[in-house]
Amino acid sequence: MAQKDIMQGIVQLIRKAETELPKDVIVALKHAHELEKGIAKIQLEVMLKNIDVARKTGRPICQDTGVQTFFVKVGLDFPHINTLKDLITDGVKKATVVVPLRPNNVDPFTGINHEKNDSWDDVLSITWDFVEGSDALITAFPKGGGSENMSKLKMFEPSDGIEGVKDFVVSEMIKAGGNPCPPTVVGVGIGGGADLAMKLGKIALLRPVGVRHKDKTIAKMEEELIRRINKSGIGPMGLGGKTTVLDVHIEKAHRHPASLPVGLVVQCWAARKADMIIHADGTFEVK
Amino acid sequence: MEYRFDIPVSSDKIKKLRVGDIVYISGKIFTARDEAHAKMFKAGKLPFNPSEMALYHCGPLMEKKGKSWKVVSAGPTTSGRMEIFEDKFIKKYGINIIIGKGGMGKKTKKALQKNIGVYTSYTGGAGALAAYHIEDVPAVYWLDELGMPEAIWIFEVKEFGPLVVAMDSHGGSIYREQSQ
Repeated sequence: MAQKDIMQGIVQLIRKAETELPKDVIVALKHAHELEKGIAKIQLEVMLKNIDVARKTGRPICQDTGVQTFFVKVGLDFPHINTLKDLITDGVKKATVVVPLRPNNVDPFTGINHEKNDSWDDVLSITWDFVEGSDALITAFPKGGGSENMSKLKMFEPSDGIEGVKDFVVSEMIKAGGNPCPPTVVGVGIGGGADLAMKLGKIALLRPVGVRHKDKTIAKMEEELIRRINKSGIGPMGLGGKTTVLDVHIEKAHRHPASLPVGLVVQCWAARKADMIIHADGTFEVK
Repeated sequence: MEYRFDIPVSSDKIKKLRVGDIVYISGKIFTARDEAHAKMFKAGKLPFNPSEMALYHCGPLMEKKGKSWKVVSAGPTTSGRMEIFEDKFIKKYGINIIIGKGGMGKKTKKALQKNIGVYTSYTGGAGALAAYHIEDVPAVYWLDELGMPEAIWIFEVKEFGPLVVAMDSHGGSIYREQSQ
């Protein structure tokens, strides 16, 4: 019985992520709305109205319900550890029908869009982390295609330094223009190898908007990047204005002496996310 | 300036529109993303008349209720993907209103000027709100072959907007050169 309840809980988690934006994102959009005027203000007005309609009517905020992406921290003593992957997959399958979700599941060779969103030919995008304890924490992070298309990886020469990294982030966001649905949240992963830099860029997006990195040097760099990108004037939807990014989040890992990888991952203003805690007895909370 | 138009819209009215104007439209629009553009070029005779409608860059989220389709969420998709088709598309099908997001390139800008059309921007991500202004779904084409997001959906819309005129028929564009 607990298994079926957990699966239903995962459907609830996906529904929440698709239809209600986190408070921190709404606060940032409201702040931008106060700051802007003219066409930029109209864009933010429409965004805020849309958030309201989606929440009240239970419709997905955006028709692009994204790639179903999950970050899971599972306790080593969590009793459903063996079945959790299947439960998430079944939850996605069910959510596709009942929320509903748009099929975003195209075979790159045949071009066929498979309707259930339940597999990427076997594996959903789930990032696993194993921790002490008997609970499981799942973060649902549906990721839209328009913003994901602006992702970049650059393998810098270490001598390009952090200044080179900053210029790269600013120029890429200016190049992206209105395409990723600004005002965006930008995730920057610095260090590691190529794969880790990209993963850190995405993990950076999980941090709430408005929260600075705990390392003061990194926090300062985040503030500088926000200032420089917003100075570009690209504005909401690229139609001009003061707010091109709601936030920039950086995460770092140590690098190989010969490399300085940077992963840039962009999230649209509809920065969707929801969390679920499942306890050992199968009870859960979605928030 | 703010305008309210019924589709199809005459060239005289399109000419009045300038970058930064706001438009609300009522009437028939059809969705087409990159695959639908390619398919239309190949298809020869079409089962609908695109020149009587506005073109919407959109891959909607739809739900079948009984026999009819309902729109769940239907905001715009990134228009840049259609840049490689759009100048020929505008010319061939006489499209004079495009709705999308993110802007388009130089070839489209030229074609809009030559054929008297506008590219308008609807707020990306505002899918739930957009669905509110779509009153009916009279037809869908190539659904089995292309799938839900890429199929051509015909929508009957009412007061659909606010659409911001982002590229006008006089060669004006709201976008910075870098983003093109």
